[in-house]
Amino acid sequence: MRKYYMFFKVRFASGLQYRMASITALTTQLIWGIMECFAFKAIAEAMGTGLPMEYSSIVTYIWLKEAFLALFSTWTGDKDIFSLIQNGGVSYELCRPVSVYSMWFARIVGGRGSEALLRCIPVLICAFLLPGTLRMSLPVSIEAFVLFLVTLVLAVGVAVALCMFVNMLCFFTISPQGWRMVLLGSADFFMGNVIPLPFFPERFRKVVEWLPFPYMQNVPFRVYSGDLPVADLGPVMAKQVLWLVILVAAGLCTWKFVEKKIVVQGG
Amino acid sequence: MITMEHVCKSYKVAKRKAGLSEVCKSFFRREHEVIHALKDVSFSIKEGEMVGYIGPNGAGKSSTIKILSGILTPDSGTCTVDGRIPWKNRTEHVKQIGVVFGQRSQLWWDIPVIDSFELLKEIYSVSKENYNRKLEELTELLQLSEILKTPTRQLSLGQRMRCEVAASLLHEPRILFLDEPTIGLDAVSKLAVRDFIKKMNREHKTTVILTTHDMQDIEAIAERVILIGKGQILLDGTLQDLRNAAIGETADAPENAGNITIGAGVSDEESLGAQSGINLDHVMAALYKKLDIM
Amino acid sequence: MSLRKSISLYIRYAAICVRSIMEYKLSFGLMIFGRCMIAFTEFLAIRFLFDGLTEIKGYTYGDVLLCFSVMHMAFTLAELFGNGFKVFSGIVKSGEFDRMLLRPCSPILQIMGTRFEIGRTGPLITSTITLCIGIAESKVSWNLLTALTLALMIVGATFLFIGLYMLGASFCFFTIEDTSILNALTYGAKEHGKYPIDVYGRGVLRFCTFVIPYTLVQYYPLQFLLGRSTNRVLGLYPVGVVVFLAICYGVWCAGVRNYKSCGS
Repeated sequence: MRKYYMFFKVRFASGLQYRMASITALTTQLIWGIMECFAFKAIAEAMGTGLPMEYSSIVTYIWLKEAFLALFSTWTGDKDIFSLIQNGGVSYELCRPVSVYSMWFARIVGGRGSEALLRCIPVLICAFLLPGTLRMSLPVSIEAFVLFLVTLVLAVGVAVALCMFVNMLCFFTISPQGWRMVLLGSADFFMGNVIPLPFFPERFRKVVEWLPFPYMQNVPFRVYSGDLPVADLGPVMAKQVLWLVILVAAGLCTWKFVEKKIVVQGG
Repeated sequence: MITMEHVCKSYKVAKRKAGLSEVCKSFFRREHEVIHALKDVSFSIKEGEMVGYIGPNGAGKSSTIKILSGILTPDSGTCTVDGRIPWKNRTEHVKQIGVVFGQRSQLWWDIPVIDSFELLKEIYSVSKENYNRKLEELTELLQLSEILKTPTRQLSLGQRMRCEVAASLLHEPRILFLDEPTIGLDAVSKLAVRDFIKKMNREHKTTVILTTHDMQDIEAIAERVILIGKGQILLDGTLQDLRNAAIGETADAPENAGNITIGAGVSDEESLGAQSGINLDHVMAALYKKLDIM
Repeated sequence: MSLRKSISLYIRYAAICVRSIMEYKLSFGLMIFGRCMIAFTEFLAIRFLFDGLTEIKGYTYGDVLLCFSVMHMAFTLAELFGNGFKVFSGIVKSGEFDRMLLRPCSPILQIMGTRFEIGRTGPLITSTITLCIGIAESKVSWNLLTALTLALMIVGATFLFIGLYMLGASFCFFTIEDTSILNALTYGAKEHGKYPIDVYGRGVLRFCTFVIPYTLVQYYPLQFLLGRSTNRVLGLYPVGVVVFLAICYGVWCAGVRNYKSCGS
């Protein structure tokens, strides 16, 4: 436990040290969120009754997205791991007496988690203090909030498992950065980062729902605001667990291949 | 050729403290500290001289070089190089100087060396005849013909450094600044670079200013040594003066003699002054300690 | 140095950048494709939104696409040419800026030349396509003047972005801390500039007129382009970016004078 406390302390301290960086990040996120809220306000007015999501739910969705950006943004948390893959430093990782997959998994979760904790507090405080229609609302019910936390944990699991799988695939190409960009760049959209999934056309959404992407941030953020009713949550959570299992299994299998390749070719 | 008079330069740096509460505090209020990199530095160098500019880390060596090359503006004092004030007539000034940084590359990483050279020719507006003549000369002296077509990233450090030196001389500068030119090189490359520098000086009267921690470089190249410590010039003379200074200090302060002897690793003061080469590092270490400039 | 000489030198720098990246062809191709795709998903989002509506604040699908394409195109072009300013803090930290000051030519030329980023041009493909769709879908009456307005919007916005990058780079001379606040403004403008600025309400419209003059290249010329105003002068508003650029250049020059090279 002490180890984790120290790890967190170091990250927190180094995060604070970059004073301008934290202020910059907060300002950026606030501007971003406010602009998105304004845009959706205009869209909501234009759509009228055809709006697939309540406006207040959209606002809450936007602020949760900004607050927990570090948890789901496909770029954070694994920079050092990625550079290990790129420059062949992975051979050293094999010398350590732990499973590389779980170690990296934990490292990404830790990295994203501490980053998100550092960033989410100021964003949430501001979001709750904003005037009028820009203000983020409280969770619709206590059950919704509890389920928000549960699905959030599952969602992070799915996101990190996917990230790990992509990382493992990167061992097989000479241009890992390029592939990563293509794969994770498109994931951003299907996750609901550009527009929330309810805005996707019916048929398109049906297809997307067969993919792992909607089982990340989409679920907890919509549970929080009641857009995804607590009663319907059973099958959704089941799918979250299913995808978590599938992606971890896929990552582990690929890792076995990678391990063999490294041992044979010497990195 | 080069004169520096009463040059001062200071920097302001933010203080960094340890501890979570200190870090939190500094988030709101930050304290600054002024570091005097150069305090009243004066010297002059004549055309064709080869000067070793030495001192411990952080003594102000690179600040001096940067002021002389026009990158930095001093807080006060005057400085002229070849009649020009470096930071005022930057463009004209830099055409006359060549700079080699041992730890940084000026060659483009992914393209053949010769292409970097061609670009430098354009940048410095070197005429075709002059460029070809100079390139031929450099290729021969530094044995570059084999490696000119190779991308920089595939060169060994020694090969790369030879190319770096050549790149700094394509525009036939009258003054050459060398910042640790032999760092990390093997014996053969080191000797080649040193010989080449001496040759350039002999044939073209190029003024050379060399900063290094490698005392063998100094011994091989520099006729004159300027010692700087904590932003001040402490000694300006020959290598022998430097040795004498180390001994002289010892003679003046016999209670410290033990230190020098231990530091030098030789049994008596006589051999400290007499022996050259191998013991120069010890001489320097002793001198730095005497002068208390570490 | 003469202008001709400067341009030929810039082209040489750019050519070297292109050749360097061509050493890694697959990586280059994927970068282009990846960025192109990301821009495509943003287009897709607009397409999806307009499934459920006919217009936002009076702007149709085609109008919004025009706006989207102009901003994306300008942003990509600015990244292509002005990337050196964007990554300037790295150039300073690595000591490369010292080296640039040792060359007898303008540091601006070297900064822009050495970081000519052909790999960032992916969105240019997407935005060209969307521009065509936008032109086809919107009901702009095309003539010489409206075509000129559109071109001015793209060029003006490109220079506006480059000016912002330059401003951001200038901050590196005054502080060693992270200065990406202006990156937020440029990315923000690309991201949110897909809708005409009045969609965001009066406050934003004012900010984008008096603080950072985005309206000069987006809202005002668009009013003329879409025939919402008959005032032809609005179509020439993008030229006003020159003033903004001059201010940015002034700050840059002040910064260079204040330059303290970092360590050794």
